Amino acid sequence: MIVAERKPFEEIKEMLKGYKKVLSVGCGTCVAVCLTGGEKEVAVLNAELDMARKLEEDPIELGAATIERQCDREYLEVLDEMVKPYEALLSMACGAGIQFLAERYPDKPVLPAVDTTFIGVNQDVGWYEERCRSCSACVLAWTGGICPVTMCAKGLYNGPCGGTDQGKCEISQDQPCAWFEIYGRLAGQDRLDLIKRFYAIVPWKNQKPRTLIQPGYKKPEQAK
Amino acid sequence: MKSGSNLEKVLRAGHFAFTGELGPPRGTTAEEIVEKCEHLKGMVDAVNITDNQTAVVRMASWAACLILIQEGLEPNFQMVCRDRNRLAMQADILGAYTHGVRNMLCLTGDHCMFGDHPDAMGVFDIDSIQLINMVKTMRDEGKFQTGADIEDPPKIFIGAAANPFAEPYEWRVHRLDKKIEAGVDFIQTQCIYNMDRFRKWIEQANDMGLTEKVYILAGVTPMKNVGMARYMQKKVPGIEVPEDLIDRLKGVGKKQVAEEGIKIACEQVEEFKEMKGVHGVHMMAIEWEHKVPQIAEQAKVLPRPQID
Amino acid sequence: MRLDYPTNIKIIRVPCTGKVDVMHLLRAIQKGADGVYAVGCLEGNCHYNEGNLRARERVDHVRILLEEIGLEADRVRMYNLSSGEGPTFAAYAKEMTDNIRELGPNPLKKWAKTH
Ligand code: SF4
Ligand code: SF4
Repeated sequence: MIVAERKPFEEIKEMLKGYKKVLSVGCGTCVAVCLTGGEKEVAVLNAELDMARKLEEDPIELGAATIERQCDREYLEVLDEMVKPYEALLSMACGAGIQFLAERYPDKPVLPAVDTTFIGVNQDVGWYEERCRSCSACVLAWTGGICPVTMCAKGLYNGPCGGTDQGKCEISQDQPCAWFEIYGRLAGQDRLDLIKRFYAIVPWKNQKPRTLIQPGYKKPEQAK
Repeated sequence: MKSGSNLEKVLRAGHFAFTGELGPPRGTTAEEIVEKCEHLKGMVDAVNITDNQTAVVRMASWAACLILIQEGLEPNFQMVCRDRNRLAMQADILGAYTHGVRNMLCLTGDHCMFGDHPDAMGVFDIDSIQLINMVKTMRDEGKFQTGADIEDPPKIFIGAAANPFAEPYEWRVHRLDKKIEAGVDFIQTQCIYNMDRFRKWIEQANDMGLTEKVYILAGVTPMKNVGMARYMQKKVPGIEVPEDLIDRLKGVGKKQVAEEGIKIACEQVEEFKEMKGVHGVHMMAIEWEHKVPQIAEQAKVLPRPQID
Repeated sequence: MRLDYPTNIKIIRVPCTGKVDVMHLLRAIQKGADGVYAVGCLEGNCHYNEGNLRARERVDHVRILLEEIGLEADRVRMYNLSSGEGPTFAAYAKEMTDNIRELGPNPLKKWAKTH
């Protein structure tokens, strides 16, 4: 899932300066699962903002709406009427959702209440870890299911570097060396041959915005 | 001859190579480099010029290389993958070669967080092994990384580092093998203190026939004092300092520690001269360039061979 | 057993402090309460294993939120006692009341009235 982190309260407050009527829009998918931007987090943020603005003698009227997914047109539709009376929208979705919201209501300022952080896994309630940088050319088949692009601090394709220190990455004793782990897993599977060969320079595929159209589908404008 | 560099000639002629190291200034004082050069002249076959070492900004490595050439020394241009993408790397290689640089050391580079710009983006467009291969393709095939022809390709003697002390130990020779497959000509190792581990590593490399395919220069850094030894032991990842080495430094009078450090280094050089698979020593006397003449003398590596 | 505890306290019963949510505590302050505190079982004695531990985490979270907002963290607290400890309950009630007296009234109260 996509993991996001709520922005510091001060930063959100600063963004909303001058606005008197704002709709906070949560998203019920990834950011709700990681406890950052779902219905409950919208309620907490609104309560905080409400109190803080009152304390400053500058009250703000806040609406709340949490939709299934902000990255999906179908679900945004329900907001069309609702957004009308508001001066601005405060989105708690990931960066993709925020942009889709802004695209749909181009005359409204749409402000981000979260920092989108990574594609990751749920280690435990409230504990998430990054696992993928969506490089568009997955190499997990020959790296023992451990991503060198994401989990190695230098994104090396021919690791480990000389800095690996007793299984830890040179950047921190808390960070396992991805390549040490890749080695260990492949050794256990008797597949070390996979990383004994030299892996050539990578043609990066994530240097421009990417689009995916599945076979049998078309962009809406092409479909017309 | 792949590059015709002095270092290549020395190694090819079967001499025991002796290289030095110099860090460019954190500013524009050329005199600082010139002064360090004075100590190194006639003492070493080539001098490594570090590239934003430990991720701290310094004068560009290639620029300091040019000063060395003016001073009559042969530079070994270090290049890290942290600070440039493949375009900038190839451009710098062309430029440096045009100005007379003939050796390169291809490195990954320390992570930015260790340096003076900890929040910088680490480029790592390609890694050190891929860099080796890119330089080789430029030299041997006369082609840029994407296949376009290079007019007058740069003839570079390609070096890389090796660390026999990083885990997993069993993997280290395979990494060396990968560098050879990528096209490396010579290796300079991490500073060696744990001689046992190093002997094992070179033995493995000998057994796999690797030391016949690549020149190996053993890395040596003399200890200046006990504090430095402790620091290297505790703080520098990938360096192993055995306790008995520290005991030996502690065993002499405070004033003699530096001399003892040099003595230990020279004993190491003596052993490396006899060690099968080792073709020279890379002496990293960090901020101790003025001691290099004494070390070279004491290690009996003088005079340096002159080959035309 | 009848116990005297300050009459300005409104008690809301929950089956377990684990039920107490960040929003409950925050709402109380938002609506003008001068302070809120959760009283749970002793740590290690939760019938649902860790309800009271979760409650403490939430209380701590709300204390941080209050500071962000610009209010005193101490308007929200957590106390633990075992069931049947009537006098301790009364003592905590008094302690909390004294604490709030010191902090003074919730500045949001006037807004609560006008709405
Ligand atoms: S290689 Fe890593 S970054 Fe690329 S797709 Fe696979 S997991 Fe994601
Ligand atoms: S120590 Fe391991 S994880 Fe860290 S940069 Fe080096 S190879 Fe990558």
